[in-house]
Amino acid sequence: MSTVTVDTHAHEHVEHAHTGSFLSTYVFSRDHKIIGIQFLFSTLLWFFIGGLLALGVRWQLAYPWAEMPILGKLLFSEYGGQIAPETYTMLFTMHATVMIFLVIIPILAGAFGNFLIPLMIGAEDMAFPTLNMMSYWFMWPAFLAFGASFFVEGGPGAGWTSYPPLSLTMTPQALWLIGLTSVGVASMMGSVNYLTTIIQMRAPGMSMFRLPMTIWAMFITAILQAFALPVLTAAGFMQLADLTLGTGFFLPEGWTANNAARASGGGQPLLWQHLFWFYSHPAVYIMILPAMGMVSDIIACFARKPLFGYKPMVYSIAGIAGLGFIVWGHHMFVSGMNPVLGMTFMVATMFIALPSAIKVFNWLGTIWGAKIQFTTPMLFAMSFVSMFIIGGLSGIFMAATPVDIFIHDTYFIVAHFHYVLFAGTAMAVFGAIYFWFPKMFGRMMNDNWGKLHFMLTFIFLNCVFYPMHILGVVGFPRRLADPYHYETFRHLLPLNQFITICAILMVGTQIIFIVNFFYSIFFGPPAGRNPWHANTLEWQAPSPPGHGNFDFQPVIYRGPYEYGSPEVDTDYYPQTQPPPQKDTPQSPSGH
Amino acid sequence: MKRFWALLFLMVPVFGVLTFVVAPYFNHWFPKDISEHGRVIDQLFMFILWLTGIIFVATEGALCYFAWKYDSRTNPEPAKFSHGSHTLEVVWTILPAVTLLFIAIYQMNAWADAKMRRPNIPVTAEITGRQFNWDVRYPGPDGKLHSRDDIVRVDGDIHFPSGEEVLLIIKSADVLHSFFLPNLRMKQDVVPGMEQYMWFKARDTGRYDIVCAELCGWGHYKMKGRATFEPRSEFDAWLKEKIADQKTRTVPANETEEE
Repeated sequence: MSTVTVDTHAHEHVEHAHTGSFLSTYVFSRDHKIIGIQFLFSTLLWFFIGGLLALGVRWQLAYPWAEMPILGKLLFSEYGGQIAPETYTMLFTMHATVMIFLVIIPILAGAFGNFLIPLMIGAEDMAFPTLNMMSYWFMWPAFLAFGASFFVEGGPGAGWTSYPPLSLTMTPQALWLIGLTSVGVASMMGSVNYLTTIIQMRAPGMSMFRLPMTIWAMFITAILQAFALPVLTAAGFMQLADLTLGTGFFLPEGWTANNAARASGGGQPLLWQHLFWFYSHPAVYIMILPAMGMVSDIIACFARKPLFGYKPMVYSIAGIAGLGFIVWGHHMFVSGMNPVLGMTFMVATMFIALPSAIKVFNWLGTIWGAKIQFTTPMLFAMSFVSMFIIGGLSGIFMAATPVDIFIHDTYFIVAHFHYVLFAGTAMAVFGAIYFWFPKMFGRMMNDNWGKLHFMLTFIFLNCVFYPMHILGVVGFPRRLADPYHYETFRHLLPLNQFITICAILMVGTQIIFIVNFFYSIFFGPPAGRNPWHANTLEWQAPSPPGHGNFDFQPVIYRGPYEYGSPEVDTDYYPQTQPPPQKDTPQSPSGH
Repeated sequence: MKRFWALLFLMVPVFGVLTFVVAPYFNHWFPKDISEHGRVIDQLFMFILWLTGIIFVATEGALCYFAWKYDSRTNPEPAKFSHGSHTLEVVWTILPAVTLLFIAIYQMNAWADAKMRRPNIPVTAEITGRQFNWDVRYPGPDGKLHSRDDIVRVDGDIHFPSGEEVLLIIKSADVLHSFFLPNLRMKQDVVPGMEQYMWFKARDTGRYDIVCAELCGWGHYKMKGRATFEPRSEFDAWLKEKIADQKTRTVPANETEEE
């Protein structure tokens, strides 16, 4: 083994794969693809659980204190089948917690980041495979802690933001905080790994500006995670100390609750909000940037033309990430924070709309003059653009501080972030699953069922989330177990019932996806290497790629979006295909 | 059904605009505004609604048009091999930037009025949020808060004089709450350990909801107060009645000494 060539490397890995037991190959695997798929299955399971929790919330808003049919007897028997107020609080707390920390963040970075980064940059695996494996297994303490917290008396009920002092009056919050910090540790391990891999392990010729947008987005997301996440993890430990050790970081002097005085104090409840949002606002971008990257790749592929404005797209992702660090205060306009500070955050927040606008215009530029192929992934990607426009524009209302005084903590906010996170990110994730499924499992998903799934989800999600803007304009507050207690909101019951019915139908629609997904893993038609005629590197590898990914040494000649290039006869031009009239590849240096 | 997807995407701007047009006719719109400053907030909302509405229709319209026109099944022309346009990038960077800067500057005054320019008048009342009620303390005849003649009410029935500027101290006894008056477009979180001010001028009378808008525990939903706005004379009469009412019972010393 003194002369290490590419071939012997591959051979070595094949041998490793053969000698490994079932456990080391499929369970405690260090292969980035297996880890990515482990993340995918875990997060999709939690996605379903999170959806059901949302239906519980919706049920109460449409039929307050009514006995839930069938399920009520099973779940809430001690309250006569109805949702108790503390149960309701737990439902929306855990809906948000599960969706944010166990679904969106890990499905983007964990599932797609893991699966795609080495494949799209031409590496045989991640830089630190063991660390990568640990980043998945550190999710399990979170799964168990969050899962267990459902069964503790009262359940975690301080909202996903866990604002003290309320959170410090609840014992189950300890489990919640343990879950939060272990998710933090897991993401930290992942982000270090992604950064190293993308900087160090690109194939020959893969310069930074030949990277696909997905990789750029994952790269910048990893930077965000690496710099913002330690703050939340540290704050999580501080709150855990307040809860269990009797410290007083977030408690004011002489604070009492439940008739019990606390000896400690001298802290500030607003400190938690600052620390929390210092991470959780960048986290909003952690939850959308990778989706934007994947959507850019999908749109360029099915528009059959180059991505419009590649470099502005890269710079605007970097701009969103940079500005993302100085806008956290817009969650706190009415929190009691100094109003002068609010004005500063307002200006920064206004300007973060700018890179998002640039991205929308460039996506529209990409489909201008295109030859659009309306495949399932393309429909999801286009709907991402359409829905992100709504989510982006509604953000301007709450960035305007005087308007935010009224709409803060109303359903206008709920509409806004569901348009970004569900109609945006989750739709992009569906698109990405349909798009990369052939590479993950070597088989195609059914396109007609996929389109039906798309159409119904698209219609129902708009019926669910669009009317919430109107609820917000009336001032309908979030997180109320019985909003109709207030006369101001009593006439909103019928609209809420409409929303709930559509939400039930929307969750029901996902059965089409689940069946299509599992059927196709086993019985879908074989995909071949490049079913979509795409340019990026992962499509040149076998489907599914073996251990070590490529059965040849990839050399990169051009950017990822040379669709319809006049240089070749085909309408795609893979990054690895040598240019015509040249018999020797340019020898790219640096690997 | 060739154009089906373009038409499906067209439904977004069509129903999107329609929803906002019909909602006010079904009374699904801003609650009645009885304050002096609320008009500014509503107007700012409407201004942003029009502005974003135009951008919404234009961008969604472009998306549908492109989906209609550049469908590979019907469009005979080859795809345009274009990597972008420097001029366009500059245009669509500068235009939104100027618009956003304009909105940012335009609204500053309203924000400063609502949260920064506290009027220099005596405090009308002190309101304390506690799980799950709004308590109020009015200065008694001596005009000072936290003296023995304070009027303390814990039944969530809070009265304010209308037609004049009102200054409130708002605080919390336990966890975070948010003092939300939808009909005055006012909202402020109350934070334990912090005293904050809130001011407004009601120009109408009537009884309205006080909503708690920050999660404060299992009973958050029922933390409802009632705000009565009435002319000064009626307000003074109500206060007198409450003073008389209070004299008949003994006020525990610690209740008035409490800071």
